[in-house]
Parts: sequence; structure tokens; C-alpha cells
Amino acid sequence: MSEEFKVEIVNPEKSFLVKDDVSEVVVPAFEGEMGILKDHISIISFLKPGIIKILSKSGDENYYVEDGIVEFKNNNLSILTSTIFNLADMDKSKQQDLLKQAEEEANKTDINDQSKYLADQKVEVLKTLN
Amino acid sequence: MASLDDLKKRIASVKSTQKITKAMKMVAAAKLRRAQESAEKGRPYSEKMNNVILNLSNGISDKENAPKLLSGTGQEKTHLCVVMTSDRGLCGGFNSNIIKKAKSYFAKILDEGKELKIITVGSKGNDQLKRVYGDKIIENISFKESKNANYFDADKVGKMVIEKFEEGEFDVCTIFYNQFKNVITQIPQAQQIIPLNNEGEEISSEESYEFEPDEDEILSNLLPKNISTQIFKAMLENSASEQGSRMSAMDNATRNAGEMVDKLTIEYNRSRQAAITKELIEIISGAESL
Repeated sequence: MSEEFKVEIVNPEKSFLVKDDVSEVVVPAFEGEMGILKDHISIISFLKPGIIKILSKSGDENYYVEDGIVEFKNNNLSILTSTIFNLADMDKSKQQDLLKQAEEEANKTDINDQSKYLADQKVEVLKTLN
Repeated sequence: MASLDDLKKRIASVKSTQKITKAMKMVAAAKLRRAQESAEKGRPYSEKMNNVILNLSNGISDKENAPKLLSGTGQEKTHLCVVMTSDRGLCGGFNSNIIKKAKSYFAKILDEGKELKIITVGSKGNDQLKRVYGDKIIENISFKESKNANYFDADKVGKMVIEKFEEGEFDVCTIFYNQFKNVITQIPQAQQIIPLNNEGEEISSEESYEFEPDEDEILSNLLPKNISTQIFKAMLENSASEQGSRMSAMDNATRNAGEMVDKLTIEYNRSRQAAITKELIEIISGAESL
């Protein structure tokens, strides 16, 4: 039996990525990184800023996301996110832009704890990419 | 009867109008294809989102303490209506259809003695509504600068709506937009987004989910996003509808202009011949009298 399942990433504009030969996906779930293999129990969770790792026969891919929801059901993984970038396409200047935005957001004083936490996360993740 | 010169000028002017409407039709057709594509591409996201929320709200155990965005405030006193129209005119009945739908809803609400608040998205809706409901309009947003509907703009509207909801400014929120069916048909829609109206929708599977963190926390994170998603969907449908409506309106205008040119050309030729005949008669009768 094969150990592969299907993953679909959608953003509001379009279906971002569909792959059906994926062996493992690591998502930055809100309560810590979560690795998903075939026949995982049905789960719904949401994401914090971080890196999605997709491991498949045709090669590994890494994506940077800022938020989103994951739903896993019947060996179908759906990831809904509003902001996603393929790390392979992301160059230094783009990264710096995002980092600057995130830092500005994190330095705001009038935001609540949760948005502050999320903004800090963004900064942290983006810094590790350098 | 108009003189030959006048007729000539009118023909020229109708012809140049026809050129403009024809060009507008072409542009609308090209834009329509793009808008339709993005409306179709945007569907999976909102459908999936809806699905997840359905699953979640069915799984929620404590209905009493469910997030207010889902269950409502428990009253129905103040209604907020988000009326989404275009920023440009010359698109047939597109804007008037939404306004008509919205106005009949407004009248119903006011008849019931409830309070009404309006947010207009797009300047054309604001223009048409401010005469009658000017004092009810609390906010007017327009995205003239952005070429295509994008999620960022929708998110802005969504965040504003949620902020107002949390401040207790309204109990029920409805959005008005045109649903794109095909180039000739667009259906004005009124969709309630707060509280979320899931009645009549069957849950697809009986399967239970694992939630991490728990349902309440996911829901309270998801619901605000869903508002933006619904607004974004409405924006996409609207932009496809706008282009479709403009295309058929401009097509009609081009055809009408063509008919008018034909009519004017016949009239022009007739009066030209009449003038020639008249001159001939004058010459002949002049020669005869000699």
C-alpha cells in the first residue's frame, strides 16, 4: 500500500497548489508544529506564521504562510490561507519587505496580546530564513 | 426638415458614439473573461471555509456560549446593510438592480420599526442611496485605485464590520451584491453574514473531527475570517457581473447606434435627391419661359 495522500492549498484568489503524491506534510499549527502522515485522524486546526514543509517523491517544497486553517479528512489535506509564498520564489528583497512589515506591526502598542504574539512569530520566522 | 448639413453632422456624431460603445464592449468582454476566471478560482476557498465552519458549528457542544458572530446577539434591533456596487457607470441595470433590492429590504426593516445602518461599497451605490437614506449611511468605501477585486480590500471591509459588531453597533448584518449567472443574467442577492445563517444546509459527513485547540477557539478565529471571505466572494461575483452587464449594455447601445445611422443615412439621401430634383425643375422651368 502506498503511503501517499493528497494535499490542496487554496488561497482566496485561486487554488494555489494541488499534489497527490505527498508522503508527509509539516504544518505550523497554533499549538506547535504538526506532522501529518497518511491515515491521520480527521482534524481541524489553524496555523500561526511559519513554514509548511511538503515532502513528496517529486521533491520537497517549503512555503511561508502567515495564517490559515488546516483540515484533514479521508486522506485529503486542505490548507486555507490568505498569505502564502513559495520559499523557492522568495528573494531577499521580498523577505526584507515582509520582515519590515511584521516588525512594524509587532512594535505597535495598541494591539491585543494575540495579534502581538502573531506578529512576533512572523518576525521570528522571517529572521530565521536569512 | 433638417438641412443636409445638420443631417451629416448628426450621422458623424452617432457614428463616433458607436465607436466608443463598441470599444467599451470589447474592453468589458476582455475584462469579463478575467473576472469570471477569478470568480471561479475563488470559489473553492469560500466553499471549503463554509464546510469547515459547518462541521465546527455542528460539533460545538455548548450552544449557549457559542461565539456571538455565529449565534447573534440575541436581539434583532439594529440592522447593518453592506451595499456593494461598482465605481463606474454605463453598465446597464447593474447598480439599479442592487439598489432596488436593497431599498425594498430597507423599507421592510423601517416598517418593522427597527434601526437601519448602511455601509456602501462603491461610489455608484452611495450616489443613488444618499438622497433618500443619507442620514443612515455610516460609512462609504470605494476601491477606485485597485484594478481587480483583491482579498486585501475585502479584508478591510470585513475588519470594519467586525469592529462595529464588537462595539455593539448592530445585531444583524446583510450584504447586497449581484450574483453572476451569465452575461445577460445577474441576480441581485441579499445574504446575511452575521449571525451566520446555516439553516437548510446539510452537513456532508457524520464524521467527527479532532480539534486542536478546542472548537471555541478555532471558531472565534475562523468566523472573522469567514466574514472577509464572504465579502470577498461578493466582490468577485460583483466584478464579474459588472463587466457582464456592461458588455450587454454596450452591445445594445452599439446596435441602436447602428440602426440610427441607417435611418439617418436614408433620410439624408432622400433629402439630397429632393434638393437635386428641385434644382432641376427650377432650371427646366427657367429654360421653358425663355
